[in-house]
Formats: sequence, C-alpha cells, structure tokens
Amino acid sequence: MIEVRGLTKRFGDTVAVDDLSFTVQPGLVTGFLGPNGAGKSTTMRMILGLDRPNAGSALVNGKAYSSLSDPLSEVGSLLDAKDVHGGRTARSHLLALAQSNGLPAKRVDEVLELTGISSVAKKRIKGFSLGMSQRLGIAAALLGDPGVLMFDEPVNGLDPEGIQWIRNFMRYLASQNRTVFVSSHLMSEMALTADHLIVIGRGKLMADVSTADFIENSSTNTIRVRSPQADDLARALTGKGFTVTPVDGYLQVAGIECAQVGDLAAEQHLTIHELFEEKASLEEAFMELTKDSVEYHTDAFQPVPTGE
Amino acid sequence: MSSATAVQPGTAPARPKGRATLLHVIRSEWTKLWSVRSTMWTLIALFLLVVGFGVLISWGTESNLNQMPPEQRATFDATGTSLTGIFFGQLALAVLGAMVITAEYSTGGIRTTLSAVPKRLRMLAAKALVLAVVAWVVGTVVSFVAFFAGQAFLDKANVGTTLSEPGVLRAVMGGGLYLLGSAMFGFALGALLRHTPAAITMVVALLLIVPPFMQLLPGEWGKTVNQWFTANAGSQITFVNPQANSLGPWQGYAVFTAYWVLILAVAAFLLERRDA
Repeated sequence: MIEVRGLTKRFGDTVAVDDLSFTVQPGLVTGFLGPNGAGKSTTMRMILGLDRPNAGSALVNGKAYSSLSDPLSEVGSLLDAKDVHGGRTARSHLLALAQSNGLPAKRVDEVLELTGISSVAKKRIKGFSLGMSQRLGIAAALLGDPGVLMFDEPVNGLDPEGIQWIRNFMRYLASQNRTVFVSSHLMSEMALTADHLIVIGRGKLMADVSTADFIENSSTNTIRVRSPQADDLARALTGKGFTVTPVDGYLQVAGIECAQVGDLAAEQHLTIHELFEEKASLEEAFMELTKDSVEYHTDAFQPVPTGE
Repeated sequence: MSSATAVQPGTAPARPKGRATLLHVIRSEWTKLWSVRSTMWTLIALFLLVVGFGVLISWGTESNLNQMPPEQRATFDATGTSLTGIFFGQLALAVLGAMVITAEYSTGGIRTTLSAVPKRLRMLAAKALVLAVVAWVVGTVVSFVAFFAGQAFLDKANVGTTLSEPGVLRAVMGGGLYLLGSAMFGFALGALLRHTPAAITMVVALLLIVPPFMQLLPGEWGKTVNQWFTANAGSQITFVNPQANSLGPWQGYAVFTAYWVLILAVAAFLLERRDA
C-alpha cells in the first residue's frame, strides 16, 4: 500500500506537486494518469525518497521509504529505464543491486529468466534497445520480490508486443495481491490495464475513481438527430426542457435517450433521417477533465482559408 | 523473449528477504567498481605513470650524476627520486575517485542506486571505503614497484638505497598513502560537484597544476600558503630527506587528509538534503 498525504513540491516558483493526497491499494493495478508535466514522475520520486517534498509525506506499507531497511523487498520501482550505467553488463548491474540488499545471486538469474532477457545478460547495457532496457528495469524491480511495484510510463517507446507483455505482467503482479502503481499520459492505455485511476493535472488531484466508474460517468453523453424539419423538432425538444445545439447539420441534445427523441418526433409527426447516441471517447473525457491543467497548449488546428 | 509470461497467476511467491546493511552495500559497490572497464584502464594508467616516470627519472639521474655538484649529491634523495612518478600518477586515481560518484549522476544510475539503498550516507560510506581500500592497496604496490625499479638504475651509480635505511620504508609506504589521498580528493570533489568535467578540472587544478606555482607567492604568508597547499603538504611523506620550506612528512600528510575529509563532510551534508 502507498499512502500520499498532502505532498507538495516546488521547483523555484513552479509548484510541481500541489497538496496531493491519495492511497494506492494492493491487489489492483492503479493507473496514475495526467498530461506531460502534471507531476507524475516528481510524485513517484518523492515516494521513493529521491526528491525531498516541501510539505506532506509519502508512506510505503506505513513507513517512509528512506527508513526501510530492506527496500528492494518492500518496493520494486522503475522510473527511467535509462537510469543505469551503460558500461555494465545486465547481469553485473542486477548483481550489484541484489548484493546491496543482501539478496542471493541466484535471484538475478531468476529475474533475468522471468523478464526474458537471459540471452543478453552478459551484454553491456548501452547496446540495449528501449524494450530490452525496460525489461531490465522491470527485472531490477522484481529482484526482492516486493509487495509494492511502481512503474513510470513503462510502455513508452515499446512495440506492440512489448506493450502487450507489460500489460499482462502488471495484471499478473496485481493478481498476486501486490500493489501495482503505473503512470501514463495515455488514457486509452490505462483503460486497458488499470482497475483504478488517479488522475492529476498541474500537480493537483483531479479524480480518484475506479476505471469502470470513470468510463460509466464519462459516457453520460449526447445524442444527435437529423431531420428535414429541424426547426420544428428543436422547438419541440426545447419545449420539453432540453438544450438543443445545432452541430454540422445535426441537432445535438444532452441528457436524453434516443427512444425519447423518436417518440417525441412520432407524436409531432416529424420525420427523422438519422438518430444516434454520441459517446465521448475516454481520451476526450480525460482531456475534458485535465484541459485547464496541461502545461503546453496548442490551439486547435484551424483550416487555412483558401483564396483572398 | 516473448515466452517470458509463462507464469501462473495466484501462485504465492517465495519471498527472499534482504537487508541493505553497510556490509551488503560495500559488496555491491565492490561489484560496481570492477564491472566497468574504466577502472582497469585507470589502474593501468596509474601503473604506467608511476613506474614509467620513476624509471625514466632514475635512469636520467644515474647518467647525469657525475655532473651533479657535490652539495646537491649530499642531499640526494634516492627514494624520492624513484617515486617522482607519483606526482603524475595521482591524476589517474583522482579521476577514478571522481568518476566513482559522478558517473552515477551523469548516467542517472544514482536514482537506481538510492532506490536500492535509500540511506544515502550508507551509500556514500560504502563507496568511499571500497575506493580507499583499492586505491591504498594498488597505490602501495605501484609505489614499491617504482622504488625497486628506480633503485636498480640508481644502484649503478652507487647512490641507490634500501628499505632498511632510515625513513625509506615510511616514504615508500607513504607513496601508497599519498595515492590513497589523491583518490579520496577526487571522490570528495565528485560527491560535492556531482558533475564529471567539473570535478576532474577542479582536482587536476588543485593537485597537479596549482601546487608547483605556489612557491612563487611572495613573503612569509606566501611561504605558509605554499607549505600548506594540497599536494605540497601531502607529498612530503614520499621523501626521505625533508625538502626545503616544507611541513614534516606526517604533519603534511595530516593537512592533506584534512582537506579531503572536510570537502567530503560538506558533500555528505548536502547529499542528505539535495534531490537525487
């Protein structure tokens, strides 16, 4: 279990993490979601005691990380797969880590096997592809067989096969009742992997919700209807208290079921050519939630007007 | 690589329990030191510099000795002459010492290291101990090799000396101690500056480039600064005959050690407070 309480980190005038509180439960994959620069990595570094918070605290299994006497057996982490000395071989890198916690050397061979990189164990790390480095990082995280695992953007830069492998691995680890905390800036990725979501933007908590609820809530959507008698239909709908917006030759209505629209049209003898429910994608729901908190804004692309 | 997930969900894992004790961290740092190529290369460079220069200068001295004025002959230090290469060889160990810690920062490996050993002072102590032992053992060995190789040339001119002469064993052992100090000097600056080029530039300036110029400082205060300056103080332990205007061998070495201990203490203080 990971408990974050009132965590705050400032870099100069920038507040990277702003009074953040949440709890990560065992037995679930918890997604840590937010746009780039939202403070995910900084939060994870503070949980690991690498960055010192300006306020608040982070506890792992009830203890501050820096007070752990058997850190690798409590928490396995992968922040950046390139945070290794490239001049060492994969095996000596893992061996040094295992030795630092007094773990047996045979555990190194086990995690090499488990992550499928035994064949490159004697190769120097600087020649590794990103996918291999990620596997090496996960191997390091598993050395102490910890109950808490934390990964920062583990699928970044991986090929589809690698992504699939990591997804399955996270689910497998959670099925063993471990705490699995994974960050990502991709909602679609988290929808496939995470049971629970912690969403942050500009260092602030935006949502702490189960993935199922998040999907459910973000599907309270709109319907679109197209009719040759659009004005009459709009009047009828407005008369019933609905808000109607014309969009691209359709009428867009919020908070109504398709059946209600059909029934109303039939009542009024209006013709309907098209009627459908418009589901916002998870990605859109995520962007809606965090739109005010993204660090780097671009204006939506506008079509360039042709002719003078 | 894709067959890696052949694992059954729900199996209770057998948990190895580990502890990050100082002894374990020392073992880990030992493995880390010897698993990068630069360590061996640096030690080979050290050997070539110390023994190579020692032999070269002893050989040159042997062939020029008959032109040497008698008063200079009287104070001729056969031990110190054969150990001249230490002045150049210290560069290799100072660089090794700096790299042991700065490479952690330049590669980002420090975050992996501190995730495994969150007690930062324990990590720093383990690194320092491993480096000190390696530098002292290797430094002492090259010091003895340089001494014997140098004496082989100096003996031909009948000015060679032996370990049983007074002060000689202390000077040759002192060569190892001085090299230990230069490694720790580099390490302390590396831990403080956390940046390879900055640390190496600093240590080269402080140990190699600036010391010989200190004797140009004028007046009494200039003389004192010169005496107390890093390598000028520390290297006295490698001479049998005390050099003019210098601290005694052990006094000088104590001053030299105080420098790096102080820098390391500041680095340790900051290590606890800074973000990794």
